[in-house]
Amino acid sequence: MIAMRAQAIDTVAELFEDDPRVAVVLAEISVDRFAPVFARDPARAVNVGIMEQTMVGVAAGYALEGFHPVIHTITPFVAERALEQLKLDFGHQQLGVLVITVGGSYDYGSEGPTHHSPGDVQALLTIPATEILVPGAAAEADRLVRATYANGHLTYLRTQLAVNREPRDVEFGRLLVERRGTQATVIAVGPMLDRTLDVTAGMDVTVLYATTLTPFDAEGLNRELAGDDVIVVEPFYAGTLAGTLTEALRDRPVRLHAVGVPRAVIRDYGTPAQLDVVLGLDAAGIRRQIVSAIG
Amino acid sequence: MSILTLDRDEIVRLAALATGDEKHEASSYSTLDALLVLYGRVLRVDPADPGWEQRDRFILSKGHGPAAYYAVLSWRGFFPEHWLSTFTRQGSRLGSHPDRLLVPGVEASTGSLGHGLPLAVGVALALRAKGAKGADQRVVVLTGDAELNEGSNWEAIMLAPQLQLGNLTLLVIDNGSSTIDLVPIHERLAVFGWQAEQVDGRDHAALEAALSARRDSPAAVVATVRTTP
Repeated sequence: MIAMRAQAIDTVAELFEDDPRVAVVLAEISVDRFAPVFARDPARAVNVGIMEQTMVGVAAGYALEGFHPVIHTITPFVAERALEQLKLDFGHQQLGVLVITVGGSYDYGSEGPTHHSPGDVQALLTIPATEILVPGAAAEADRLVRATYANGHLTYLRTQLAVNREPRDVEFGRLLVERRGTQATVIAVGPMLDRTLDVTAGMDVTVLYATTLTPFDAEGLNRELAGDDVIVVEPFYAGTLAGTLTEALRDRPVRLHAVGVPRAVIRDYGTPAQLDVVLGLDAAGIRRQIVSAIG
Repeated sequence: MSILTLDRDEIVRLAALATGDEKHEASSYSTLDALLVLYGRVLRVDPADPGWEQRDRFILSKGHGPAAYYAVLSWRGFFPEHWLSTFTRQGSRLGSHPDRLLVPGVEASTGSLGHGLPLAVGVALALRAKGAKGADQRVVVLTGDAELNEGSNWEAIMLAPQLQLGNLTLLVIDNGSSTIDLVPIHERLAVFGWQAEQVDGRDHAALEAALSARRDSPAAVVATVRTTP
């Protein structure tokens, strides 16, 4: 299976070739993988070194001049370390950028909590009008990159190692219906889809698939809503999407349940799959939490 | 570039319209002379067409205390004089920190320190990518001396010479604000590979000569402002 990061970078390289307004700004991470863009036009591709704040600022300079910048690094080093640069240089100035991160949640399982980022989406949600994308397969990353790279918005695309078995025909800003039921609504975010489908196989629930978190498809959710319980299965801190869903469901008397990363510093080491078990985000853990939520 | 008579008293009058202060207070603004020289003698801009593609870019990284900046922009005709008296009031376009979406001629919204120089590096790179000839089309970024304490500046200070950005000029207004006392700023910048010089921040001829110089690597002008003229 193609990794989402590799696909996103390949897609950016193609866009870079075709669209002279694309600029790539890196901070050492993945410079080797972006070799084709440096070879193609070094005036639009720059590696600033280990300088995440400057990576964002330089990209904003390109945006001020009408370019479509793409930046990329390990998740917490841009989403948290350079959050103010994202907020002011892009958000407040209403400039566009595509931020592609690698190592979402706790993918760097053996590196410890400095490299984890279960708080990234919550941080980005503080910047008004940010587009937050969480694809669950390489082909979905490709589609979402193409759909957003030139749209003039601050767009944050988060990649993880975990991918679903089959990519979906995702569309920017749309929830997809995976299964229809009557007792409850389960929203699976990005890479959580397969395991959510697996554990709900015998349940009478609707399963929706979310890859665009903002702007959120409130209309789609309200149209497909089943039962009085809404359970979101999210690969970041549990409750990250509570505000988004509360707003989307403001006219509906539903109970909201969040299945996600517990809010504690992750001090265990291991593979992402091993940490899934510890954090209750493997299939068994998700099943346990869904059953507990809807009885 | 325009060759305008540098009417300092007029800028002082306009700045005083904004702040409502007595004229002698506006006169002491640390950035006033450098901005007057930049917009009167150095930068190629077109107030009738603020987005003119061939213009020079100026970023006020030190966004606070913008009365002199607004005064100079108004003097050049980017917006009418009567806007100045609305400074910081509800409904005004002129806040205590400039907003590019509200004020014609403002290239970047600033306020939080340490953002302007990385932005300016990006703008300089982008101009180069568009095919702007060397130092022909320029990017000037103004910081304060205390603002340079922010680490993000030193990232960009390290980076710009590496990228051989001869179209970039860093103007540091040194009014002795920083509580970190090191070797003089122009010497620090020179160690990082900048063509740096120190001038009297009230001396219009010295400012004009320093800010007009064309270099093949990033240039820094440290304008020292210690006393009220």
